[in-house]
Amino acid sequence: MDLKVNDYTTDDGLTVINVEGEIDVYTAPKLREKLIDLVNKGKFHLLVDMEKVEFLDSTGLGVLVGGLKRVRAHDGSLELVCTQERILKIFRITGLTKVFGIHDSIADAQEKRKGAK
Amino acid sequence: MATVELSFSALPVHVRTARLIVTAVARRSGVAEDILDEVRLAVGEACSRAVEAHRRHCPDEPVRLELNGAASRFEVVVSDTVPGDDAAGGLPSVAASDDDSGFALGDGAAELGLAVIAGLADDVEIESTPKGVQIRMSWPAEAPAQT
Repeated sequence: MDLKVNDYTTDDGLTVINVEGEIDVYTAPKLREKLIDLVNKGKFHLLVDMEKVEFLDSTGLGVLVGGLKRVRAHDGSLELVCTQERILKIFRITGLTKVFGIHDSIADAQEKRKGAK
Repeated sequence: MATVELSFSALPVHVRTARLIVTAVARRSGVAEDILDEVRLAVGEACSRAVEAHRRHCPDEPVRLELNGAASRFEVVVSDTVPGDDAAGGLPSVAASDDDSGFALGDGAAELGLAVIAGLADDVEIESTPKGVQIRMSWPAEAPAQT
């Protein structure tokens, strides 16, 4: 299955990126381009919704880490929405659960964002 | 010979094909359903690493895969033909090339890939020789293989 990547920005300035399909060495460039494009447009607070991601490998992790580095250079943030155990396991194995904020839902991420302000 | 042997040109699109084949052969070899995801991911990581290494050093050479499901274990060997850097005690670099994007596709992905393999495979051996790198992974195959 191909990768579908769509985004929208909420009223509080959070850009949500919906990702659907498999993120691997073949499809990861599409996600990378989307992240670069958003940062170039001045969107520095990103939330990647991974609930419809069916497969994620280290290439995808690399793209997310790269995106995080880039938004942090602008005092931004890149967090994730993910409740799928098989995807979360990859973040745990690589120690990236300590690097990314991972939320149960978009609403949950927005709530915490409000609390942090 | 192995139960299934596969060689594919070093293109990212074929890594998915390799994953599909490995999953099918693993299932047929009696690997438990709840481990299949781990097999698929670990082998995909090894294939991605090999494809990236070939693309940088020998793009015309195919990546080879051997799948063995005969015994009570399911074993996968992913072989590339990029000489290992034994002197440095490590694997050939497959880090993505520099680009002006600010972050490269591979940004640490090679190291992450090996971490994922080590975390998922039941048993892993990485052999780096002047002929290339072999990643050998195996998992238990408890149920009898389907006939």
